[in-house]
Amino acid sequence: MSVTVSIPTPLRSFTGGSDAVELSGRTVGEVLDGLLRTHTGLKRHLVQDDGRLRNFVNLYLNDTDIRQLQSTQTQVHEGDVLTIVPSIAGGSPAVETALPKLSHAEVLRYSRHLLLPEVGVEGQRKLKAARVLTIGAGGLGSPLSLYLAAAGVGTIGIVDFDVVDLTNLQRQIVHGTGTLGTPKLESAKSRLIDLNPNVKVETHEARLTSENALDIIRQYDIVVDGTDNFPTRYLVNDACVLLDKPNVYGSIFRFEGQASLFYAKEGPCYRCLYAEPPPPGLVPSCAEGGVLGVLPGIIGSIQALETIKWIIGAGDLLIGRLVLFDALKLRFRELKLRKDPDCPICGTNPTIHELIDYEAFCGIGAEPDYSGLEITAEELRQEREQKGDDLVLIDVREPHEWEIAHIEGAHLIPLGQLPDRLGELDGHAEIVTQCHHGSRSMKALEILKGAGFGKVRSLAGGIDAWAEKIEPGMARY
Amino acid sequence: MSLRLPGSIVEEIRREGERAYPAECCGVLGGRLDGAGAKEVVSATPALNRRTDDPHRYLISPDDHRRVESALRAEGLEILGYYHSHPDHPAVPSAFDAEHAWPWYSYVILRVDRGRAADVASWVLDDAGRSMHSESLEVLSEV
Repeated sequence: MSVTVSIPTPLRSFTGGSDAVELSGRTVGEVLDGLLRTHTGLKRHLVQDDGRLRNFVNLYLNDTDIRQLQSTQTQVHEGDVLTIVPSIAGGSPAVETALPKLSHAEVLRYSRHLLLPEVGVEGQRKLKAARVLTIGAGGLGSPLSLYLAAAGVGTIGIVDFDVVDLTNLQRQIVHGTGTLGTPKLESAKSRLIDLNPNVKVETHEARLTSENALDIIRQYDIVVDGTDNFPTRYLVNDACVLLDKPNVYGSIFRFEGQASLFYAKEGPCYRCLYAEPPPPGLVPSCAEGGVLGVLPGIIGSIQALETIKWIIGAGDLLIGRLVLFDALKLRFRELKLRKDPDCPICGTNPTIHELIDYEAFCGIGAEPDYSGLEITAEELRQEREQKGDDLVLIDVREPHEWEIAHIEGAHLIPLGQLPDRLGELDGHAEIVTQCHHGSRSMKALEILKGAGFGKVRSLAGGIDAWAEKIEPGMARY
Repeated sequence: MSLRLPGSIVEEIRREGERAYPAECCGVLGGRLDGAGAKEVVSATPALNRRTDDPHRYLISPDDHRRVESALRAEGLEILGYYHSHPDHPAVPSAFDAEHAWPWYSYVILRVDRGRAADVASWVLDDAGRSMHSESLEVLSEV
């Protein structure tokens, strides 16, 4: 069959200026092959390396797009006209021209990423251009900042104000024995730069507050929340909603962890999940409740993963999903999260338009005044010397904590059992409650006061203060 | 090669880019070649931007392209190139522009800066078909 191929103006330089070429073949594919054989210069403009039509090149057989027929298998007839029609596409350099280039050393370093089509050179350049803020350089901040640095995230900001302590090293793997006693920011920065010198680490030595949060978070593309307390978590959430930033959430407790990606533009925020914080003291911190060291490694790695996926635009993000992980059962569960239309910050009629006082919101400033109810370690030692057994010391920690260390002569009654074991106590005795750091012993004090015990005090700073000031040989944890 | 654009058409494109902001506008430039081979634009036909998923992209569908082309032919004109706007980005082709560019056609890009039309430049694909280089753009004042 003899078919006329109509050549658009831009391609006529490849057909010696002709606007039409006569070719024969039985199908569109055969005619096209003939055209590319006789006019090889057209190849680059019409087909990809694998021989398929480029996606902005359209072929019309007479008046119909061949995609609506049998594509290149479409039969042609004598006198048919095959027309090449461009789709004209383009756009502003949304990201691509702004993306930094990779050096040869970086190409080698990231080669295992570049082999993945979902990352590739463009994804790696997006990672290099990305600015990620991690709140906290602790349990979650450690693994996630290590993985982000290793992955080649160009700029990592870290907010922290703490110092590396021996009890941190069981899980906070960005720090080491050599950096004990130094600020976590410096410790983390030196480790991350050692891991990947291409990464720029920006340190913010501060407690994140309503005064500084917007100014710090504004400088970054995405925020990863590695905080361990409710006021900061609500603060990070609200600041991210107000600034339209994604917030990669993770939290851990003993053997359980959770993670999600809060992005109010496309899904729920932290307040949609937890409208109100729990009463202060109800949920113990890691220092109080303990945490399995690997757990933040798993949850922090999930946070790093979501951050990287968000940057390169690959896969299904955790937006609208809450992942729950149980380390003892080794089980992941997933909950669907819905955006709450009544959410005070991201709902349809928000009532919060600026950052608030999060300590007060979480009830922390509203704690009762304990002055006069506490006793220091030195006072306790003196009074015990004077009063002997008339001063009863109740240790309200758990038995496994007792095994690590305890004060000679103390009685162990774990806080949870205290209400049922009040009968073991002499109502007229002078009582001192004691725990690890002085928080659970305050709860115990409230229970005893509520039950009518008159002379009760709590050991300030718990057994840790005792070990520090009175018994230097005692194990601390 | 060079492109001649009447001032009134440049003005039309500028208004269209401002109206479309923050999305991109796009359209077809029709005209003829003068004796020296320079492109002389006579008309600018706005096209429907078929990309609605991404404000940083535009697409003129082949059907729209054919309609505009046959209308131009009826007036003895042909397609010389296309125009589109870059909201808040320089009037320089993006990698995506170069990847999708056809040879010979002129690609006129208008920068729209915070909603206000700014500079205009014209680009063509180089002979290697890999990158675009700017071509001389002559704006004709009205007589």
